[in-house]
Amino acid sequence: MEISIRINGETVTRDVPPQTLLVHFIRDTPGLTGTHWGCDTSNCGACIVQIDGRAVKSCTQLAAMVEGHEVRTVEGLEVNGVLDPIQQGFHEQHALHCGFCTPGMMMASRSLLDENANPTDQEIRVAISGGICRCTGYKNIVAAVRWAAEYEAAQPSPTKQEV
Amino acid sequence: MQTPGPTSYQRARSVEAAIASLAEHGPGARVVAGGHSLIPMMKLRLASPELLIDINDLDELAYIRREAGLVRIGALTRHVDLLRSELLAELFPVFADAEQVIADPVVRNRGTIGGSLCQADPAEDLSGVCAALKADVVLQGPGGERVVNMSEFHVGPYMTAVQAAEILTEVRLAVRPGAGSAHEKLERRAGDFAIAASSVAVWIEGGTITDAGVALAAVGPVTIDARRAQEHLRGQVPSEALFEEAGRIAAEESMPMPDTRGPEDYKRHLVGVLTKRALRKATARALHQEA
Ligand SMILES: Cc1cc2nc3c(=O)[nH]c(=O)nc-3n(C[C@H](O)[C@H](O)[C@H](O)COP(=O)(O)OP(=O)(O)OC[C@H]3O[C@@H](n4cnc5c(N)ncnc54)[C@H](O)[C@@H]3O)c2cc1C
Ligand code: FES
Ligand code: FES
Repeated sequence: MEISIRINGETVTRDVPPQTLLVHFIRDTPGLTGTHWGCDTSNCGACIVQIDGRAVKSCTQLAAMVEGHEVRTVEGLEVNGVLDPIQQGFHEQHALHCGFCTPGMMMASRSLLDENANPTDQEIRVAISGGICRCTGYKNIVAAVRWAAEYEAAQPSPTKQEV
Repeated sequence: MQTPGPTSYQRARSVEAAIASLAEHGPGARVVAGGHSLIPMMKLRLASPELLIDINDLDELAYIRREAGLVRIGALTRHVDLLRSELLAELFPVFADAEQVIADPVVRNRGTIGGSLCQADPAEDLSGVCAALKADVVLQGPGGERVVNMSEFHVGPYMTAVQAAEILTEVRLAVRPGAGSAHEKLERRAGDFAIAASSVAVWIEGGTITDAGVALAAVGPVTIDARRAQEHLRGQVPSEALFEEAGRIAAEESMPMPDTRGPEDYKRHLVGVLTKRALRKATARALHQEA
């Protein structure tokens, strides 16, 4: 069946079998192999993307179910050559080693900060608990998300209302 | 690499259309809600539906509202929304207890209450929660609506009272005075299904337990309605000794199987401890004194 999904603001249309998983639909799109695919069993979180702004494991949705919705992948974090604060935080705090879990960790943490600009360390831990990191350990990932939250808080934002 | 087998896909535009399509395509057709139980089952070939009818666009099935002595929860309400609901936190805190420990926040963004109940996995936390609260579920089919109590909903492992061409549309909870509820679960690691879990509800008036619900997850072929434990609580004044005894009875009523999560006697022991703790918490909540 023909499926059209907006991924990072661009419409991707392809003819795929109806049972195609979203993770494969994304990864089979040229330039979009940043979303990883690990356990296949909804446990590792390497495949996490945002669907309409909410973090979802893309190995556990059919591409067909997402037609008409907005998908954002790790490639969608950087805008015009500027890294998202989450990406900068991972860089600053050495929050990746092999990098396999990183795209999922970043999308889960981006979703957290979108909803909660100033999370506690415990809230960060809960937010990334759907992902598994087998080499960095979680300490630096938590520090990276904290870094991003503080960085964002320090930016003058035109949308922030002074009260 | 695990991928689902061949299937067809259809997106439902209304509840009626989904029911009509189920009726037209027969037993090969399956509703897909969050997909977080069905898609893993399809990957393992434990389910091979010929047609998936996607109900995710049916916003009319996603709600939590209070109306005339009832709290109504639409079948498509997602775990995350149950967790965040202030109405449920106030009236039925057992939901928030359970939702904090169901899977992880990413899974909770997709999985639904309807899917959880219809999956009828004996380890499903929400089945225990709804059973303890003595919820009714509304099933809609080609011939209209019928209401089934949770005590009759799960008819066997992975089997429910949902008939061909029926859809679960709503979960109904009666708002009664003096209610308190709690969910206690032990898991091997964050996000896992329970080793054992106990959901409890008590209704206390004039210092006496007028009604009680105790339901157990992951310790039998189905969600276990611990009826003897409930009977034991009814008409009694809450006390530690009463909770201890109710826990002991619930442990007797459980039917755990040894598996990678633990041996039978360990799980049975857990049922006793978790039920006692849940009763303590639910009672304190009913009496408005947080444990
Ligand atoms: C990694 C992981 C960990 C998990 N951990 C837990 C846990 O700790 N505790 C727990 O309780 N659950 C857990 N779950 C299960 C999770 O709660 C699922 O989301 C839920 O069981 C199914 O909901 P769903 O909406 O995804 O259902 P789906 O997968 O879409 O559907 C499940 C079944 O119900 C049927 N169905 C769905 N909606 C309806 C309806 N309205 N009417 C009739 N039939 C319907 C489908 O046809 C299918 O047979 C976990 C899942 C995953 C992937
Ligand atoms: S590949 Fe999706 S959770 Fe592991
Ligand atoms: S960086 Fe290697 S798994 Fe997380």
